[in-house]
Amino acid sequence: MKVSHSEVRRIANLARLRVEEDEVSRLSEEMSRILEFAETIRELDTEGIEPTTHVIELTDVWREDEPRRGLERARVLENAPHDDGACFVTPRIG
Amino acid sequence: MKTMEAVIGLEVHVQLATRTKIFCSCPNRFGDEPNTNICPTCLGLPGALPVLNRRAVQLAIKAALALEGEIAETMKFDRKNYFYPDLPKGYQISQFDRPLSSGGGITLSNGRRVGLKRIHLEEDAGKLLHTAESLDESRFTRVDLNRAGTPLIEIVTNPDIRTPEEAYEFLKTLKLTLEYCEVSDCNMEEGSLRCDANVSVRPEGSSELGVKIEIKNLNSFKAVQSALRFEIERQKRELRAGRTLVQETRLWDADRKMTRSMRGKEGSEDYRYFPDPDLVSFTVSREVIEEIEREIPELPRLRAARFVEEYGIPETDAGILTSTRALGDFFEEAVRSYPENPKGIANWITAELLREVPAEEMGKREVSPRHLATLVRLIDSRTITGKIAKKIFPEVVREGKDPEKLIEERGLKPISDSAAIEAFCREVIDANPGPVEEYRAGKTATFGWLVGQVMKASKGKADPRSVNEILRRLL
Repeated sequence: MKVSHSEVRRIANLARLRVEEDEVSRLSEEMSRILEFAETIRELDTEGIEPTTHVIELTDVWREDEPRRGLERARVLENAPHDDGACFVTPRIG
Repeated sequence: MKTMEAVIGLEVHVQLATRTKIFCSCPNRFGDEPNTNICPTCLGLPGALPVLNRRAVQLAIKAALALEGEIAETMKFDRKNYFYPDLPKGYQISQFDRPLSSGGGITLSNGRRVGLKRIHLEEDAGKLLHTAESLDESRFTRVDLNRAGTPLIEIVTNPDIRTPEEAYEFLKTLKLTLEYCEVSDCNMEEGSLRCDANVSVRPEGSSELGVKIEIKNLNSFKAVQSALRFEIERQKRELRAGRTLVQETRLWDADRKMTRSMRGKEGSEDYRYFPDPDLVSFTVSREVIEEIEREIPELPRLRAARFVEEYGIPETDAGILTSTRALGDFFEEAVRSYPENPKGIANWITAELLREVPAEEMGKREVSPRHLATLVRLIDSRTITGKIAKKIFPEVVREGKDPEKLIEERGLKPISDSAAIEAFCREVIDANPGPVEEYRAGKTATFGWLVGQVMKASKGKADPRSVNEILRRLL
C-alpha cells in the first residue's frame, strides 16, 4: 500500500503541520511502510469477533454529577502565549 | 420546468441540564466570568483523563426515550479531530458509529412524520468572543473555555421535512418535549439549544436528492424558517436559470435576511474519527431504561388532549395551558383546590394571569394556584364581583396575597343588602331622568347603561344580578 505525495500533503494539512517539499517523498516512504506493517494484522481472520473498543477489560466507569472547584484563572492562563487576564487571545478568527 | 420541492433535514444541539460538565467536575453554568469553570481535563492538559458524568447519560436517555428513540445496549465515544481555538484538545469527544440512540421522531399536526436518524452524546466547545472594542482588538479573538466540556446531545433528523413551516413546528415540538422532560432549559439566547439546517431542492415526486446546502448561524426558530425560505427560493432560482449548485455551508445573515457562502472551508471535511482510548465502553441495561422511562412526564400533546377530555376546556386553551410544564402544573393544582369550575380557572389563567406573568416565567415566580382558585370560587359564589376580582388580581399575583384576606382588609365585599342597592338605584334614576324616560319609552338598550351607572355609584361593589332585578322593578 502506497501513500502518495498528495496524500502526505493532505494529511499534513489536516494535522496543521508544515512539511517541506523535500520531506514529502521520505514521509511517503515511511508512512507506506507503517501501513504495510498494519496490513499484516489484517491477515488474521476476525470473523464473528466483536471489535475491541478498549484494551482494558473495563466498562461503565462513571462519575457522579458533583461539582468541584477547578483551577484559578491565573493558573488557567499561565501557559497561554497571549492572554488579557480573562481570556486566551489568538489571532483573529473568522 | 416541473414544480420543485424542498428536502430539509435538521441538526439540533441541546445542552443538558447537569450540574457539572460531561467529562470533568467543573460546574456547567452559563454567564460566569470567562475561564473560571476550568480544570486540567477540559483544558486538555497532557495526562488529564475524562470520566463520564452518569447524570448526562441519564438525561440523554430520557430525551431519546421521549422522542421515541431506540437506546443502544452499548455505546462508546470517539474522537472527532479538527483544529480550532475553541477546542483545547484538538479533538471533540463525540460518538461516531455507536450513538446513544437511533430512530424515533415527531409527528407533525399535518400528520407527516419527521424521523430521527440518531441522537448522540458529545462535549461542547468553548466560546470565541469577537467583541472588538478598538481597532487593535479586532485583530484578535478572545477565547473563553467555560463552555468547553458542557454535555450536549446532537439530534439528527432524516431529510423528511418539506417546508420551512414544518421545520418550525418540528423545532417547537422538540423544544417543548425536552423542556417537559427537564433535560435542558432550551434557552436559545444562551445557546442551550442550537440548530443547523440542511436543505436541497428537487423536482416534486423525485426520489433523488439535490445538492445539499448546510445553513449555520440560526439562532432562533424564526431564523430557521426565514433562512429556509430564502435558501429554497435561491436554489430554485439558480436551477431555473440553468446553473448548478455546489455543496457548501452558508451563513444566515439575520440583518440582511439572506444566506451567504461561508468562505475558507474548501475541501471535504475529514475528521478522522477513532475510538477514544481514554474512555471505556458503556452499557445501558433494560432496568436503567425502564427506570428512566418512569421519570418521563405526560408529554404536552397527550396532556392537552386530557385537559379537553377531563376538564371540558376548549382545545385552544388546552394548547396554551400546556405550552410550558409549569403552567400546566399550575392549572391542575388550581383545579385540585377548586374542582367545581375548571373552565373558569382556565379562563382566568389565559385571559388574566398570562397578562401579568408570561408563560415562560411560570414556575420562576411565586404565584399561588390556590389563590387563583380562591378568586374564581369567590366570583362563583358571588362573594365578589368579577370587576373587583380583576382589580385586586395584579396584587394577588405580584404580592402573593390571599384574595379572601385582601377583600376583608379593603372592605371590597360586595353589597348584597338589597336596601343599599335600592338606594343606589334610586340615586341613579333621580340623577338621569332623560335616559329613564327613553327606557320607559321602549329603548331597552339604555337599561345596560343604567346598570353601569349603579355599578359605578357602588364603586363596583354591588352585585350586578341584584342590581338588575331591583332596577327593573323600580323602573
